Amino acid sequence: MIAVLQKLDQFGRNLMPLASTLLLVLLTMVPVVLPGFTAIMPAWGLMAVYYWVVFRPDLLPTSAAFAIGLLQDLLSGTPLGMNALVFVVVHWIVLTQRRFFVSTSFVVLWSGFALVVLIAMSVSWLSYSVLSLTLAPLDAALFQALLSLTVFPVVAVLFIRLHRAFLPA
Amino acid sequence: MKPRATGSVLRIAAPLRALAQRFSFLLLVLVAIALMLVGKIDTIVIDNIRGRIDDAFVPVMGALSRPAATAARVIEGIQELAGIRAENQRLRAENAALLQWQQAALKLESENRTMRDMLHVVPDAAISYVSGRVVADAGGPFVRTILVTAGRRDGARKGQAAMAGPGLIGRVIEVGETSSRILLITDLNSRIPVIMESSRQRAVMSGDNSEQPRLLYAVTDVPLQIGDRVVTSGHGGTLPPGLPVGKVASVTDHGIRVQPMVDLSRLEMVTLVDFGLATNLLGEAPKPGALP
Repeated sequence: MIAVLQKLDQFGRNLMPLASTLLLVLLTMVPVVLPGFTAIMPAWGLMAVYYWVVFRPDLLPTSAAFAIGLLQDLLSGTPLGMNALVFVVVHWIVLTQRRFFVSTSFVVLWSGFALVVLIAMSVSWLSYSVLSLTLAPLDAALFQALLSLTVFPVVAVLFIRLHRAFLPA
Repeated sequence: MKPRATGSVLRIAAPLRALAQRFSFLLLVLVAIALMLVGKIDTIVIDNIRGRIDDAFVPVMGALSRPAATAARVIEGIQELAGIRAENQRLRAENAALLQWQQAALKLESENRTMRDMLHVVPDAAISYVSGRVVADAGGPFVRTILVTAGRRDGARKGQAAMAGPGLIGRVIEVGETSSRILLITDLNSRIPVIMESSRQRAVMSGDNSEQPRLLYAVTDVPLQIGDRVVTSGHGGTLPPGLPVGKVASVTDHGIRVQPMVDLSRLEMVTLVDFGLATNLLGEAPKPGALP
């Protein structure tokens, strides 16, 4: 009985990366009454995907990243598959380079995110431009990337706490 | 749970797993690209799926957006408190002016009615409204859409005009059972046929993801003035004529820009208006009694 409960408990804890990523993606779409803020809303979901793929890729597989990206596409009205593609590409890149990010200091983690946010911006801008057959404006996308990069440490600290509380090594 | 593998099994399994991982990555990339193409080609099926998902998440988004809305209201309340005296004075003056306008409107209305009677004008189809709360926006740099809590069940239909207060804010592009999505007039894909209220010059108002949409194809025989009111022209038959959209904000060599009538970053409630126009162009059955 206790073993079953323990398994259940562990199962719940293991869901935490997925749940927190989902929540952050939903938070992106909460209306904020600040002029012009919607367009440059930080990419909270991207931060979550980055953090969890660096530290617990086993708990946030590529398929989960894909599904969450797809959900964001469906809910936010972006072209179907755009965010899914971004999340999958980011997932793959981080997974192949994670040894480099995971081992060292916070600054390295942060600069890794800078790279990721740049890649994410390029992929989404490119796919949106191709799909709408125009050159989409870059300014808002750039500002969003910069803002995401700026607030990343706050979110990362939050994640480190969550990580320690729910999934102690 | 990791399988307890012996050395030799591991030697075979590890590359296999890497291969499977790489394969799944490629597969998912291909699926994403395929979805983009499908979304471009078959919009009806995708819109239906979007509608279902939106319906499912509207309660969640509604709950998430409450605290944000409350916080914003509190901050706004404090800001307003500071200027309450000046605001009161301004409102008194405005009220006096509006009362005069009301007299004028009443006079015009009765005159209008008599003239319609004399000319036997066919009356416009009845207008019906449905209002919903804004629970989600796009939250990203590429699209300008919002999700509201009014759906098919409440009478929302694809193609309806979405208004907030005095002006047009967009069009309904997708309807679920309890939710609908509105393409704002600032979106890159928004094109609204408009007309200058005073000079009757036609143009197309085209969003470009900035705060102020551009006016395209404006025939400028009479130069446009900053502050000219822009209203819908009704061409194309999806929107009725005469809905206020905005005011001309700038006229430069690079183009003419329109300041929307409504502050699109502060939308809380949105009204979807059914003007009884025949919307068969949008794949919906024309309603009996609709305007010819």
